[in-house]
Amino acid sequence: MSVNEKDVRKIAKLARFAIADEKVPVMVDELNGILNWIEMLGEVNVDGVEPMTSVVAKDLPMREDEINDGFIQEQIVKNAPKSSHGFFIVPKSVE
Amino acid sequence: MSDLTKLSLKAALDGMNKGDFTSLELTNAFLDKIDAQNPKLNAYTLVTHDHAREMAKASDARRAKGQVGALEGAPLGIKDLFATKGFRTAACSKILGEFKPEYESTVTSQLWRDGAIMLGKLNMDEFAMGSSNETSAFGNVINPWQIEKKLTPGGSSGGSASSVAADLCLGATATDTGGSIRQPAAFTGTVGIKPTYGRCSRWGIVAFASSLDQAGPITKNVEDCAIMLKSMCGYDAKDSTSLEANVPDFASFINKGVKGLKIGVPKEYRMDGMPEEINQLWENGIEWLKAEGAEIVNISLPHTKYALPTYYIVAPAEASSNLARYDGMRFGARVDGNDLNDTYEKTRAAGFGQEVQRRILIGTYVLSAGYYDAYYLKAQKVRARILQDFTDAFKVCDAILTPTAPSAAFPLGQKQDDPIQMYLNDVFTVTTNLAGLPGLSLPAGLSKDGLPLGLQIIGRALDEETIFSVAGTIEAAANFTAKP
Amino acid sequence: MSIAAEASEPVFTAFKTARPDQWVKGVTGDWEIIVGMEVHAQVAAKAKLFSGASAAYGGEPNSHVSFVDAGMPGMLPVINKYCVEQAVRTGLGLGAKINLWSRFDRKNYFYPDLPQGYQISQYLYPIVGQGVLEIESDDKSTIEVGIERIHLEQDAGKSVHDLDPNATYVDLNRSGCALMEIVSKPDIRSPEEAANYFKALRSLVRYLGTCDGNMDEGSMRADVNVSVRKPGGELGTRCEIKNVNSTKFVAMAVAYEARRQIEILEDGGTIDQETRLFDVKTGQTRTMRSKEDAHDYRYFPDPDLLPLVITQEFVDGIKATLPELPSDKRKRFIADYGLSAYDAGVLVADKEFSDYFEEAAKGTDAKMVNSWMTVELFGYLNKNGIEFTASPVSAQNLGGLVKLIQDGTINGKIAKDVFAKMIESGDDASTIVERDGLKQTTDTGAIEAAIDALMAQSPEKVDEAREKPKMLGWWVGQVMKSTGGKANPAIVNDILKRKLGIE
Ligand SMILES: [Mg+2]
Ligand SMILES: [Zn+2]
Repeated sequence: MSVNEKDVRKIAKLARFAIADEKVPVMVDELNGILNWIEMLGEVNVDGVEPMTSVVAKDLPMREDEINDGFIQEQIVKNAPKSSHGFFIVPKSVE
Repeated sequence: MSDLTKLSLKAALDGMNKGDFTSLELTNAFLDKIDAQNPKLNAYTLVTHDHAREMAKASDARRAKGQVGALEGAPLGIKDLFATKGFRTAACSKILGEFKPEYESTVTSQLWRDGAIMLGKLNMDEFAMGSSNETSAFGNVINPWQIEKKLTPGGSSGGSASSVAADLCLGATATDTGGSIRQPAAFTGTVGIKPTYGRCSRWGIVAFASSLDQAGPITKNVEDCAIMLKSMCGYDAKDSTSLEANVPDFASFINKGVKGLKIGVPKEYRMDGMPEEINQLWENGIEWLKAEGAEIVNISLPHTKYALPTYYIVAPAEASSNLARYDGMRFGARVDGNDLNDTYEKTRAAGFGQEVQRRILIGTYVLSAGYYDAYYLKAQKVRARILQDFTDAFKVCDAILTPTAPSAAFPLGQKQDDPIQMYLNDVFTVTTNLAGLPGLSLPAGLSKDGLPLGLQIIGRALDEETIFSVAGTIEAAANFTAKP
Repeated sequence: MSIAAEASEPVFTAFKTARPDQWVKGVTGDWEIIVGMEVHAQVAAKAKLFSGASAAYGGEPNSHVSFVDAGMPGMLPVINKYCVEQAVRTGLGLGAKINLWSRFDRKNYFYPDLPQGYQISQYLYPIVGQGVLEIESDDKSTIEVGIERIHLEQDAGKSVHDLDPNATYVDLNRSGCALMEIVSKPDIRSPEEAANYFKALRSLVRYLGTCDGNMDEGSMRADVNVSVRKPGGELGTRCEIKNVNSTKFVAMAVAYEARRQIEILEDGGTIDQETRLFDVKTGQTRTMRSKEDAHDYRYFPDPDLLPLVITQEFVDGIKATLPELPSDKRKRFIADYGLSAYDAGVLVADKEFSDYFEEAAKGTDAKMVNSWMTVELFGYLNKNGIEFTASPVSAQNLGGLVKLIQDGTINGKIAKDVFAKMIESGDDASTIVERDGLKQTTDTGAIEAAIDALMAQSPEKVDEAREKPKMLGWWVGQVMKSTGGKANPAIVNDILKRKLGIE
């Protein structure tokens, strides 16, 4: 499988970063180089193999339903590029 | 007084225990040395002079009251991936701007709990993505070995490795997603261990690839490594993947010897085109262990060559999602655009460097509709095969010995334009991340050019003890005393 | 650690056809509405799904927020056991299959109120599988709506657009609250059924205590999938109407959307698969986003979490604490109290109603209690806009009133006056009857005397009644009036019949 310029633009859009026109062909080449290399996985027979999502051989630990966090409004918005009255301020985004 | 910065962590702790010097004296020695050396090495991105001195004074005060933690008074460097409360934590990315977390990572809080002193934040590849420390927004780190040659210290924990090698701290925290502790340790003549996945809490460490990331120490010798690891690891209820495992006194295993241990030597790690000096180093390691009574077993890890391509699907996929939170909305740098989407796109284009962008693109692609099964699902299955290789191997051996990296440190800039050549640096280390196993690198010799070379010891899950026994034996036999 | 046998993906099969009375008339003939719903119900937990911050509604902006909920670097999720239990409990209430092995996936998309850049949800392996909910159809019959699945997921934060003309304000208090997404099969065939489904689901979760069902606070929101087709014909393209938050609006949205689609199709157009919004002001739906800019969510298993594995004992423990469910209670009310299916349905719709009813009906005529409750009490509360829970008449007092009627202490007419006084004073019925001397007169002598006096007054009416026995009613009325309503109507009847010679 390989990607073309349209694919790269689409992926960049999904990943939300602007990509300069002149950088698109470079990215196409780089991605295809990596994708071609990855192709070698096709050689591996994985019939009947369960996909591995974690190396930790235990089940999900659960916590009790207790309120023991929060009420730190100041700390939550402290690093915000813009905030006011405890809100984060972001560009106008109406659906 | 002799140069305190040249002491090992253990020797420094002993010196303070004996009253030879105070933590403040030791800390000041390091701060002076950092001020002098760091401009050349660029290992630190932030030096916390005042904070370090305050911590040292507090430590000396505790000691006066008889309260002496396991790392009491020891000045350490902290990789910029660990959240340090009130101090810039940028993962060496522009996108985090001047982000100062309001929280402290579990691993670093445990170091402070045990009395350690923070000297500052250490340089690294941006978001830990790199093997040469050239992707940092704070510039390259220079390897203190043959400093005029401007060699890479390796990556991503290049600042950690460089600072330890140059005596700019007693030890440093580091993280390893595909080899980021072990390869820089090998390139700088230091010791580094990536413990079993789940040993160290990931809480408060900026995530790169969650199923692979593990913290660990880089230190001057094996004993220091064991001491520092003990403080760093332990169960943490805030990390769902943390292991509820007993934390042994790792240092007590260093002198246990290897008599009767079966050491596996995987044939697949003899790669075509690998420099002869690496092969020779490996042979030396085998001979040293044999001489101490270990039995050498030839083993096969048949899926080794698929580990890197698997990694370059799994890690970017997880990273593409983990790095979605860097959007300029709640923290970090924002580049204003015409509207919301424009702001997102400008912020992330300006904030992420090229390698990070490359990996986010790959990760986004392999997870996208229509490609998930062919790439991500396939990679997860191959990953299961790689783990199975190790499970089978550990039926016939107790630890595995390999070279750490396929070469010695190379000049900065040499591999920057060829991603795959760069990725191949991690060919021997990445398998243990995929399998979640512990791996340690220690210096075992010099290349013909006089650069350090490392050997890697891989152990069973949660069997760092055996790794330390093997490492102790090799360290004694190799008698690696060279310094930059 | 055992892996689930197979992933749960929606199966849309064997559609039933709507009854003809549910068809919608178009210019070209009849149409059938097909509806499936995804209801987001917030788990009634104290803390959030993956953090220890408060899940309470409201609060100062960003106060019910931990570093985890704000998506800060290095933060990790740890699951709230109570939320898992509530999802299982809801599943059991729907008679659904509980999956002992389930998993959390990340759903990736960018939005300022989604701090992590992904929502943790259960995509391929939900905790609850197929079940069923009984609801009432338009013709009052009971129908079954299939439940496809329930999964646990995080809620997003809130974007406030009206504080500043040039910016959006983001409050993450809701971010990370636990939601159960309850997905129905497309078994719903009319706006009424859609509303009734939402109502029945709300009733169920409130019975179970797994969600407070508070729609004003957004505790329950429905995504409604609507398509139309010729009765029994090919399925049409569906549109999803997002975040409808009341029973009434669900019905309005379905009706409007079906009509819109029918008009387009009858004009020779085609339906675009899209996400739409319901505008409560206009009662219309409008485009939110089309399929072209549909997201590619890039789901993958969340590597910060491990598989959610529960045991059968865990499930059985929850099962043992299940209350009687609305559908069972309805059946019991019909069988034990002799109520009609409709009356039973009304009472069971709300746990508070049925609890009140059962308390009031203790040792007295249940049907009479039902009618006093639904006609007089509900009538009064509705008229005055009073919440049921704030009723001035307690269940015991209503039961006491009915007992007085039943044992002949007062008659039905007096009872209405007593009820009015009960509302006013909050006193019980017997106190009021005693105090105001409202006891029914059963003294036959007194009644005879009253009748004799009336007969003497209007002899012509006596004659009339003897010829036209239907006049008896008029006579009863006169006697009641002259006794101030207190005469026992049965005794009045008997004596009148005898004296007037009516058989
Ligand atoms: Mg949905
Ligand atoms: Zn949902």
